[in-house]
Amino acid sequence: MSVLALAGARYQYAGATDWAIDGISMEIAAGEVVGVCGANDAGKSTLCLVAAGLAPGSIGGRLEGSVLIGGTASRELTPYAAAERCGILFQNASTQLTGTTTTVWEEIAFGPRNLGLGLAAIVERVEWAMGLAQVGHLVDRQPDRLSGGQAQLVALASVIAMRPAVLVLDEPTSQLDPAGTRLIGQTLAALARDSGTALLIVEHKTDLLDELCQRVAVVNRGRLVLEGPATTVLEDSRLEEWGVEAPSRVRLAAAVRARGLDPQTVLGAGPER
Amino acid sequence: MIALCTAALAFVLRGWLAPIVALAVVGATVAGARLGRSFVPFVLATIPLLISIVLINSFLYPGAHDTVFTIGPFRATATGLTVAGQASLRILAFALSVAVFALTTPTDDLLADLERRGLGRRASFVVGAAIQTIPRLAARAGEIADSQRARGLDTQGSLWRRVRGVVPLAAPMISGALSEVEERTMALEARAFSAPTRRATIRPMPDDPAERLLRWALGLATIVLIAATVTGHLALP
Repeated sequence: MSVLALAGARYQYAGATDWAIDGISMEIAAGEVVGVCGANDAGKSTLCLVAAGLAPGSIGGRLEGSVLIGGTASRELTPYAAAERCGILFQNASTQLTGTTTTVWEEIAFGPRNLGLGLAAIVERVEWAMGLAQVGHLVDRQPDRLSGGQAQLVALASVIAMRPAVLVLDEPTSQLDPAGTRLIGQTLAALARDSGTALLIVEHKTDLLDELCQRVAVVNRGRLVLEGPATTVLEDSRLEEWGVEAPSRVRLAAAVRARGLDPQTVLGAGPER
Repeated sequence: MIALCTAALAFVLRGWLAPIVALAVVGATVAGARLGRSFVPFVLATIPLLISIVLINSFLYPGAHDTVFTIGPFRATATGLTVAGQASLRILAFALSVAVFALTTPTDDLLADLERRGLGRRASFVVGAAIQTIPRLAARAGEIADSQRARGLDTQGSLWRRVRGVVPLAAPMISGALSEVEERTMALEARAFSAPTRRATIRPMPDDPAERLLRWALGLATIVLIAATVTGHLALP
């Protein structure tokens, strides 16, 4: 059964005349990792807000079509009820953190406390999320004194401590260096594998999508123009015209092929997925 | 509680005794809490205000003619000096009481305790966010100023140049803050901030019966003292 299902979803921001996303349909099952890529302004971030129930729930605007989060229409969910079912992580780590807590532990506990859980359940969730995001060594640190990568990992731990069935990530590594990107990738892979959380990852870095996702969708001008198995989509020759850079293994193979050589022979099995 | 009571006494009661007692209590608290050097900046910060109070009241107190000494065209009066002394002591006692409160009460402990006592999570969040926003805004202002200077904006030098530099600094500051608020609001919603639940306390405050009794007694004594003095039942020197 799908934990997130969009059917013909169209969304228009308040005061806008154009549809930011237009007729998008996709389903994500429990434990599935789906990637979304596209050029700037293609509607990827809007798709994240719609999928997480924040648009129009929190920011207004007009939604047509259907968005089901855990089988319930997002329109019928209050923001906090949607938060229990679908978490969202934005690209800017500094705005994810509450700014009112003095330790990383308290920051991660913020969401579970809001859910009204007892202390034992809060402790259990925080420890679990910290372990998954590998931020145990930061437990007593002040959240606003963390590096960008550390802050994003803490923000991710804070969201997964809510134990949502589906997690939407809007360019979670856009402000991170390769080491930070790798850590986020490892955490997401462990999250999907160990907890069965479904992931919808919007990313420019197609290498990360190539590594993590079973399926990938391409969004262009608010519409879904391609969707399928990650290997097939990320090797599609039209990616460039949609403003998407293919993963490095695909580009490397293409470069070898352009010189009249056989990628399999030259590169072996390594760069191929 | 001690700091709040001394601040209230120093602020409301007239005369010499109340601010002197308040200052003595503040001094004892500072010594007892070993605030030491961290207290010095607060003392120094009051000096400009105290100097202005002394100068204005000593030389310009309206209707006073009991001259003590003169400096050029200005005459210091005994009435003005008395008022200046009392006002200075009151201001000093009040400011240092607040400083003791700030230095001995971590914001998060205060907010956690207020929330435990029934303050809504929105109210406690607003207070906490407001306090913690100030250093963040200062850091952001510094970053914007640096990046604008790197692009040739002159923010130093004459007053006119500084004034002209404000607009390119203020505009990104305001727009950045507004966009940050929207994203922060959504991030809070994504963590069920608006859920109508009672949050578990994760920061238990030690509060034994003797402390509670002392607190109530101190608060009550302060109210009685202020009421008795204001209504004329007790005349303090």
